[in-house]
Amino acid sequence: MTEAIADLEPRVRRIVTRWDHDPTGLVQILREVQEEFGYLPPPAAVEIARLLRIPYSRVTGVASFYSFMALQPRGAYRVLFSDNITDRMAGNERLLEALCHRLWVEPGKVSEDGLVSVGRTSCTGLCDQGPALLVNGIALPALTDERVQNIGELILARVPVADWPAEFFVVHDNVRRADVMLAHGLKPGDPIRAALQRGTQGWSERAANERSWREAYVGAAQGPIATLEEVKRSNLRGRGGAGFTTGIKWEACRHATGLERYVVCNADEGEPGTFKDRVLLTSHADLLFDGMTVAAYAIGASRGFLYLRGEYRYLLEQVESVLERRREANLLGAGICGQPGFDFDIRVHVGAGSYVCGEESALIESLEGKRGVPRNRPPYPVTNGYKQQPTIVNNVETLCAAALIAVHGGDWYRGLGTLKSSGTKILSVAGDVARPGLYEYPFGVTIRQVLDDCGAVNTQAVQVSGPSGMCIDATEFGRRIAFEDLPTAGAFTVFDASRDMFEVARNYAHFFAHESCGFCTPCRVGTSMLVAAMDKIHAGNGTQHELREMNRLNRVLLMSAHCGLGHTACNPILDTLKRFRPAYERKLRSLEFTPSFDVDGALGRARQMTGRDDAGAHLEEQK
Amino acid sequence: MNERPTFLLDGAEVAFEPGQTVMQAALAAGRYIPHLCYHPEFKPHGSCKVCTAKVDGRMMAACTTPAATATEVESDTEELNELRRTLVQMLFAEGNHFCPSCEKSGNCMLQALGYDLGVMTAGFRHLFPDRPVDASHPEILLDFNRCILCELCVRAAREVDGKHVFALAGRGLDKHLIVNAESGRLADTDVAVTDKAVSVCPVGVILRKRVGFATPIGERRFDGSPISQQALVDAPRPLEKHHD
Repeated sequence: MTEAIADLEPRVRRIVTRWDHDPTGLVQILREVQEEFGYLPPPAAVEIARLLRIPYSRVTGVASFYSFMALQPRGAYRVLFSDNITDRMAGNERLLEALCHRLWVEPGKVSEDGLVSVGRTSCTGLCDQGPALLVNGIALPALTDERVQNIGELILARVPVADWPAEFFVVHDNVRRADVMLAHGLKPGDPIRAALQRGTQGWSERAANERSWREAYVGAAQGPIATLEEVKRSNLRGRGGAGFTTGIKWEACRHATGLERYVVCNADEGEPGTFKDRVLLTSHADLLFDGMTVAAYAIGASRGFLYLRGEYRYLLEQVESVLERRREANLLGAGICGQPGFDFDIRVHVGAGSYVCGEESALIESLEGKRGVPRNRPPYPVTNGYKQQPTIVNNVETLCAAALIAVHGGDWYRGLGTLKSSGTKILSVAGDVARPGLYEYPFGVTIRQVLDDCGAVNTQAVQVSGPSGMCIDATEFGRRIAFEDLPTAGAFTVFDASRDMFEVARNYAHFFAHESCGFCTPCRVGTSMLVAAMDKIHAGNGTQHELREMNRLNRVLLMSAHCGLGHTACNPILDTLKRFRPAYERKLRSLEFTPSFDVDGALGRARQMTGRDDAGAHLEEQK
Repeated sequence: MNERPTFLLDGAEVAFEPGQTVMQAALAAGRYIPHLCYHPEFKPHGSCKVCTAKVDGRMMAACTTPAATATEVESDTEELNELRRTLVQMLFAEGNHFCPSCEKSGNCMLQALGYDLGVMTAGFRHLFPDRPVDASHPEILLDFNRCILCELCVRAAREVDGKHVFALAGRGLDKHLIVNAESGRLADTDVAVTDKAVSVCPVGVILRKRVGFATPIGERRFDGSPISQQALVDAPRPLEKHHD
């Protein structure tokens, strides 16, 4: 299968050298080697292991964890259809079939001539302009029948993806309602200058992130401390879903003992239905990097990472150019804004198709070049994070909010939103709505208000915060987006009365099984058992037994799963079972026994092999 | 003896040394908490979740949770034992376990745990994965069908043998054990039959060739006493003489 590849070793060596021969860069090295060769040829894996002085099995063990990495050739063109429920609703399955038909390839397989493979992937963060796909890792939204035909022709004509029409790759921001964040009006560096200014207003003009004798003087007027106090006063809470108070996290990290501190921005926006970080990174990257730099100032960090999800690989060059421009403007690097000792720089790590890496400790494992498995906690990243050093991991939107707070102050921010949820929240609105896109509201907005604003009619349900969040029905549209009522990481997926909520839950069940890291028994096996039960109901073979079984699985996952993925994997099923039970019961067989084996189905393979599908090839008494 | 800190395990006091986990302290005190991926000689990692216990009302893996003064730990309750039965059923359903024909029968922790917890039914539809065996090595057989992904061989190779013979690959249900060779064959690794990693497997994956059934069925480790007693016999005891 593997042919000799020209200059393989020097090409691999060049990439490994770029990452300083450091095994913590393994995920990035593998990603770049894959971009170089289209997959990870075993001789390249051998060479990586040799150069990094790590076992070969670690290289393949890590590579096989990430769904975008392949140790076998997958074709010169690798097409992955985004498979979120919103893509399904917009007809992605029909388009996938059409493309496969045109290219004469089976989904999930490589064409016989090695030209192309077509498959499915988890939500690509383009729900406001789906259906979408990734071609050789680059996002391509707004698919239509015509465009899919064109894509087929381009592949068959072997036109390099770089030469495809540029309009295919245009991703729109779709900002529908902007509030203090999306309409911030700040210039690059304003938040940093404001933070430094705040420091000199008091009695001290101390250097930023030197951590020496003056640690003993935790005076409120000290520069970094003053910024920390503003963030604490703002009562800003994490925007990634868990809602931990940002100021407390920063303070714990600042006070933790370590050799070095790290600021990590979690841009691994993997929750199906959310895409706000895509827009923040596209159009407000400076605000984000200002926020990270302010955070570095407050906690005393000199290194930062942006962990960009693999699906947003197409943003990498643009993000890197913003970083470069900021280095030139002295907004990154040594002595930022002329402040002696204020040294900070940011490196971008790109993910490779793993939802669980959005969990902060799994993200850190991935940053360290490992399989993205969540760690045992305690200890938490604020004391034992990247390389076991004090580390803060914050969501993109959280860091952008911190930048606003640095400029306008904690009291200003706290004046927005509700009592327990200060500030604004960006919602990623998609599904059955007239105007999908980003809507930024002060916390406390009702579901009904959002639905009115986005032009949703005849709404049956809203999935708030994606599958790991909550599914609500029309009786609950008076509820509010806030930590005290409906907390959310941002996804807001709308389903009208025509949608089958069972199929919504089934799509999400498949998502969790696909994304389970496999570390713990309950999640590894349990999420697959959930899929089996949902698929059985879908196939018309379900009974009350399956409903009981799913309740039992949920108990097991809640009691014993290792991380949030497992704890929330049952949510979509339980929520829809509670509110839309008829959608399930319609599909159940009213039988007392459990038909676990479909005799006629077992003949399917024989029918396929013989090319027969007539009555004689089926058992009698079907259905 | 000094006053050592204590916590409550199912209502009875258990003394512990600072730094011990709930599991370590319990076993040292002669108290059993069911477990699979925990092994007294290696760093706990808490993946099988069989040792899940309620620590001050929160569900935690006993093997990785640090023992803390005055906490209340519940372990031997019907709720938790039912959870453990389900987890054991999941492990049986995930792999291909045919106890009557398995050389490890009677020495197998998964089987022994199933008996001890009273697992009476399959519980789940078995997944029957396709997992070819690796018989390449002249002295060692790998039968991946029985792997429960406890990583004990991975940890033993790394921590005791100073080698990297075993590793994990894949994700989710596709997670599986691999060996450190480009060919993927055990024969091409630096494994030795005397390695700790070879003897540590709690189930029947890593087997020495030509010694099968040397101990007859009926005289094996868990034939005489259930795993809940055997685990206490095997547990390291506190070394009192360390106290000055």
